[in-house]
Amino acid sequence: MRRNPKELETTNRTLSRRALLLGGIQLVFAGGLAMRMRHLQVDQADQFRLLAEENRINIRLLAPARGEIFDRNGIAIARNFPSYRIIIVPEDAGDVDKVINDLSRLIDIDPKDLERAIAEMRRSPPFLPVTLADQIDWEDISKVAVNAPALPGITPEVGLARIYPRRADFAHVVGYVGPVSDYDLSQIEDPEPILRIPRFQIGKVGFEAKREDVLRGKAGAKRVEVNATGRVMRELDRRDGVSGADMQLTVDAELQGYVQARLGNESASAVVIDCENGDLRAIASAPSFDPNLFVRGISVADYRELTENTYRPLANKSVQGTYPPGSTFKMIVALAALEEGIIGPEETVWCPGYLEVAGRRFHCWKRGGHGNVDLNNSLKRSCDVYYYDLALKVGIDKISAMAQRMGLGIRHDLPMSAVASGLTPTKEWKNRNRGEDWLIGDTANASIGQGYMLASPMQLAVMTARLATGRSVTPRLIKSIDGIEQPGGAGESMGLNENNLRTLRRGMYSVSNDRRGTGYGSRIIEETMRMAGKSGTSQVRNITAAERAAGVVRNSDLPWERRDHALFVSFAPFDNPKFAIAVIVEHGGGGSTAAAPIVRDVMLQALYGGTPPLDAYPKKDRNRIRAQQERLERERPERMHEASDRA
Amino acid sequence: MSYLEYNAKTTPAGLRKVLFLNWPLILLLVSVACVGFLMLYSVAGGSASPWVEPQVKRFGMGLFAMFFIAMVPIWFWRNMAVLAYMLSIALLLAVEFFGSVGMGAQRWIDLGFMRLQPSELTKITLVMLLAAYYDWLPRERTSRPMWVLLPVVLILLPTFMVLRQPDLGTSILLMAAGGGVMFLAGVHWAYFAAVIGAGVGLITAVFQGRGTSWQLLKDYQYRRIDTFLDPSTDPLGAGYHITQSKIALGSGGWSGRGFMQGTQSRLNFLPEKHTDFIFTTLAEEFGFVGGVSLLGIYMLIVIFCIAAALATKDRFSSLVIMGISLTFFLFFAVNMSMVMGLAPVVGVPLPLVSYGGSVMLVLLAAFGLVQSAHVHRPR
Repeated sequence: MRRNPKELETTNRTLSRRALLLGGIQLVFAGGLAMRMRHLQVDQADQFRLLAEENRINIRLLAPARGEIFDRNGIAIARNFPSYRIIIVPEDAGDVDKVINDLSRLIDIDPKDLERAIAEMRRSPPFLPVTLADQIDWEDISKVAVNAPALPGITPEVGLARIYPRRADFAHVVGYVGPVSDYDLSQIEDPEPILRIPRFQIGKVGFEAKREDVLRGKAGAKRVEVNATGRVMRELDRRDGVSGADMQLTVDAELQGYVQARLGNESASAVVIDCENGDLRAIASAPSFDPNLFVRGISVADYRELTENTYRPLANKSVQGTYPPGSTFKMIVALAALEEGIIGPEETVWCPGYLEVAGRRFHCWKRGGHGNVDLNNSLKRSCDVYYYDLALKVGIDKISAMAQRMGLGIRHDLPMSAVASGLTPTKEWKNRNRGEDWLIGDTANASIGQGYMLASPMQLAVMTARLATGRSVTPRLIKSIDGIEQPGGAGESMGLNENNLRTLRRGMYSVSNDRRGTGYGSRIIEETMRMAGKSGTSQVRNITAAERAAGVVRNSDLPWERRDHALFVSFAPFDNPKFAIAVIVEHGGGGSTAAAPIVRDVMLQALYGGTPPLDAYPKKDRNRIRAQQERLERERPERMHEASDRA
Repeated sequence: MSYLEYNAKTTPAGLRKVLFLNWPLILLLVSVACVGFLMLYSVAGGSASPWVEPQVKRFGMGLFAMFFIAMVPIWFWRNMAVLAYMLSIALLLAVEFFGSVGMGAQRWIDLGFMRLQPSELTKITLVMLLAAYYDWLPRERTSRPMWVLLPVVLILLPTFMVLRQPDLGTSILLMAAGGGVMFLAGVHWAYFAAVIGAGVGLITAVFQGRGTSWQLLKDYQYRRIDTFLDPSTDPLGAGYHITQSKIALGSGGWSGRGFMQGTQSRLNFLPEKHTDFIFTTLAEEFGFVGGVSLLGIYMLIVIFCIAAALATKDRFSSLVIMGISLTFFLFFAVNMSMVMGLAPVVGVPLPLVSYGGSVMLVLLAAFGLVQSAHVHRPR
């Protein structure tokens, strides 16, 4: 923009005038600062000098004891144990290299710890203490204490370290703690000073992280007198912190241990829920890992082994894994149809082995078909065609609504990491998320728990408990905090027609107890503990028409990651439901062969509160079961600090 | 095309430009930085690590950036102003976005060799943009409401983004520096009177709104104001810091305890003794003489800048130089007020002395602009 020189003159004059004005203000302000400085440093100097002399009192934070975690019977799941560590103050040590050298001749120091400590010393000013070695045993500590005069700047300290006595059993439920990292601090707005204590431990994942608020406690403080170089001369007084609250979980450690062992090295998950109050008695996910490794700082090799394992030991499959529920979903479809009054239990559907839907053939798992099927038979023999037909009559939106009432597709609020909500698709959902219209074939797929339908094992257990009781049972993990009982999850009656529920339960009873039921092989013969269940086998691949013509490849001939997931849900005793269980074996093959036997073993273990008598099993299974019981007993993992296990 | 480019031929070219740099200003900047190195060395208990070494490296990089920017004609930077502003807004957005995804309350972007805080960058790009705006805007429109509203929006946009991070100190600096440039450009004084009036109203609202659903600040920010007004309310928290800071300062006396002899700042009474509270160490070890000397050097830098601004006839150049010197002034004025208990603790570092990469690099780059304006001034 062109301007004439005259205009320029006036604007520049304004600018100069205001610049001088602003400069003047700045000078005045600076003068004010100088006056203030004079006031503080010259006029009041004596007074402050005096305060400074007195100001030899330093406040040190004291870490509170973390709340401990117990199972429903008071067995320890997470505890604090005294742990000894050796710290060094570089300033006091003088020749740091020599002191460390002397020390390492006395006790073994992990070279990795040493490396980290040296790096830390380089980063922080020399008067700050640095941890040289952690988790030292008593013998080594006493050696250091005796030789203290020869080791300037070295002090033994006692602290508390977290241990998980049940090792891998609770890795997924409770998670683990670890030292606060810079990343953790960046996550928290205005972090508490306590988090800045070096190597202070906080919950990293799982329950430990989710209930950090209650477990952490409040920091204490001690006032110490220090000399001019910051060395502590004496302790003046101390205010102990408030320990974190002890927590009691609903889980039964013995049962959990059994389930975890029973799942073994399969990639699998099992959830046991108490039908009466929603207590989660066991939430297992296999394979698992030892959380104690993480507390001490896991080695790169160990960590890589965990992350590269195809069975994903770090994932908590019970609440975080979602799977197509397969045929275990059929109860929902049937219940929706019954509640809508669309069918009666006696009405039959003809199953020729497939159903033609919108020009596409939807096959029944049984190629030859089931013939005439009524509701009871459809569950017992898991006929797919019956449910294709039913679902088309009911419609997907009503099915999904029923699924949500039964606890699928909604997020149950549990204090665990990454609790998944699963998915119960609706027409609107597909439109919004996939930008496509809902197809009639999608409904057929959903009716047998395939397609978009996803549920976690925990949700399937909740569903089964709700079917068994007719109440909206909600899962509960925390039994009590600091001895105060937490509200249970018995739930209100859901207002479903009792006759309909009874029809379904009878169907599930037939699955396990009728000679032609899919779960008959894994029945319980103890009369007071009869089990009702439903198998599910969910595909992780599409079977093309060409493949079907050539004969579907058997599961065992497929590579592991393409095999079907095996599922089984169940409740027992039939007359008076106590527990509901859901088991999924990833890529395990058929639900009735891979999942049902696990459900039966776990159910008996839960009902008997320990190893069940062999009488409960059918005669021909008893030898095999005895061998299995003996094997599991032998392989029971060693526990840490067994003697001090109980609270 | 501005007045300045007609005169481009009269400005020095090539390496001869080095001779025309404002060397006294550079000398002052280097001496302030050296004070910083000394203090960081002292705070670390007489050791080059962990703070002095990286700080020296960053200062070297910053000086290099300053020379580079100074060599490029000022009219190039004027043309870049809009782009630079947009870039810094985009970076602020990026921090905001990634912050919400999973990095928590984070204010920086990792460049590999250092962490850049976009909010620091914004302090300079905002000044550049406003200077370019008033260079472009015909004089008679300067005080028309619409043409006043636009720069106000340009100031408030980054201010609110920074406030959300939350970084109260930077947002105050942005508003004050932006307002300063508007004032220098000749916007009618009545607007400023109105804003100051509204400011008083806002402060009332902040206090009235406390505890209600529409409260304007975070709880901890209220606590900081509380403790500023009455340090005894939180003797172990922020009030403790102000008290300790004053004790350290006051015990320095007339000539201080001597280099590395300070006890108060050394005894871990103070947090951030290497960043925001570093002035306490200086004041304790070198006393009133040391503190006032640093203040004097700072003021000399500001005065040299004002002189440079008055010496150039180019409107953009003067506005940029004035804006940058004002920002610089705000940095040390707010920091010192805070340390001396005259202002709440808002987290503003002592420029070129406090440990920290972004502020140092951005300030030196800004002085690069001042140098460029000085070298390429119409003669």
